[in-house]
Amino acid sequence: MATPNVPLWEVFIRSRNGLAHKHVGSLHAADATLALQAARDIYTRRGEGLSIWVVPSNAITASDPSEKGMMFEPAESKIYRHPTFYDVPDEVGHM
Amino acid sequence: MYTQALNSSDGDDRGVEDVARATRFQARIDADERIEPNDWMPAAYRKTLTRQISQHAHSEIVGMLPEGNWITRAPSLRRKAALLAKVQDECGHGLYLYAAAETLGTSREELVDAMLSGKAKYSSIFNYPTLTWADIGTIGWLVDGAAIMNQIPLCRCSYGPYARAMIRVCKEESFHQRQGFEIMVTLCRGTAEQKAMAQNALDRWWWPVLMMFGPPDQVSQHSDTSTKWKIKRFSNDELRQKFIDATVPQAEFLGLTIPDPGMKQNANGNWVHSPIDWDEFKQVLAGNGPCNRDRLAARRKAHEEGAWVREAAMAYAEKRKSRQLAQAAE
Repeated sequence: MATPNVPLWEVFIRSRNGLAHKHVGSLHAADATLALQAARDIYTRRGEGLSIWVVPSNAITASDPSEKGMMFEPAESKIYRHPTFYDVPDEVGHM
Repeated sequence: MYTQALNSSDGDDRGVEDVARATRFQARIDADERIEPNDWMPAAYRKTLTRQISQHAHSEIVGMLPEGNWITRAPSLRRKAALLAKVQDECGHGLYLYAAAETLGTSREELVDAMLSGKAKYSSIFNYPTLTWADIGTIGWLVDGAAIMNQIPLCRCSYGPYARAMIRVCKEESFHQRQGFEIMVTLCRGTAEQKAMAQNALDRWWWPVLMMFGPPDQVSQHSDTSTKWKIKRFSNDELRQKFIDATVPQAEFLGLTIPDPGMKQNANGNWVHSPIDWDEFKQVLAGNGPCNRDRLAARRKAHEEGAWVREAAMAYAEKRKSRQLAQAAE
């Protein structure tokens, strides 16, 4: 007997005040309420979080890894966006 | 280890579909890059990992049964709370691993069904019974100790989702081993009868635990490609040796005797064990261990008896969704 597929959710947890929510993994749950409860039981058994987000996995739009060259090329060719591109005379010290 | 059936099943399926892509893939592995779910990978890499990660997940889930057997009979509230937390962790480990396996394209439902039908394997160790409370101590100390030995290198495995799941698992596994060892220390410092119970548990678990690391290197079929793909970073025999060398002084501390009178320390300080009864291992993997039938029957019963809960949750979610849609339309 094949079991019906239960929707997949991505779980994000904020570990401390002031930090961003971070992706920690995924889980299956019938709805958002159950997903939040399951996320608490699976990903925060040892005080790992202050806040949880659950997002239906199919709501996420992702960039295509096979096109990452083209996708990120604009940033890679602009080394002048980094502070180390510029010369500051030694006498000036830390800037 | 938790995926030892990998060492004993189907033959050469390593057809490489696209030489150029395969070369690039191997170059990424060699450069210690992590492979992520949407990256191109050889079909055999996907297949090996799906089997390995799902076997590992099944092992965590079936592994709850031998210990669950003692939750209601733990000798104190402290022990009971700790054991309950440990069994909950095993369930969590199973779920992290199913989630990692799913990223390779097989649904958790299919993976679970393959285990329930007996098609997919789980670790041989969970087919042994837990006869006394000392077995709970021994499982934490040795079974979880052996698992840690195997899992720490997996934190650097080439497949990103598996490596990340293993990092979480390893953090939690350390509590498991320590709670088991504490049970052993308490028994060994107790009455003569309690100490004998600890020795008896060690006598029964020692050899099955050594088998957890899988067949010796010269007969292990999947090791070469797994090593090349950086799924496996140490061989079965290397990990087994590390485990024995770490465990011998712990047994000495407890005042327990490892049930291998032929075991000797060699010039390098390694403890060399006597031959392992691989026939027993094969029998247990083939389904003829002391508890194979009980374990599968318990899993099937839980799955079938929980079906109405899964169905009800889905029906409720559907009902709420359609009610919200109807309200929005008003």
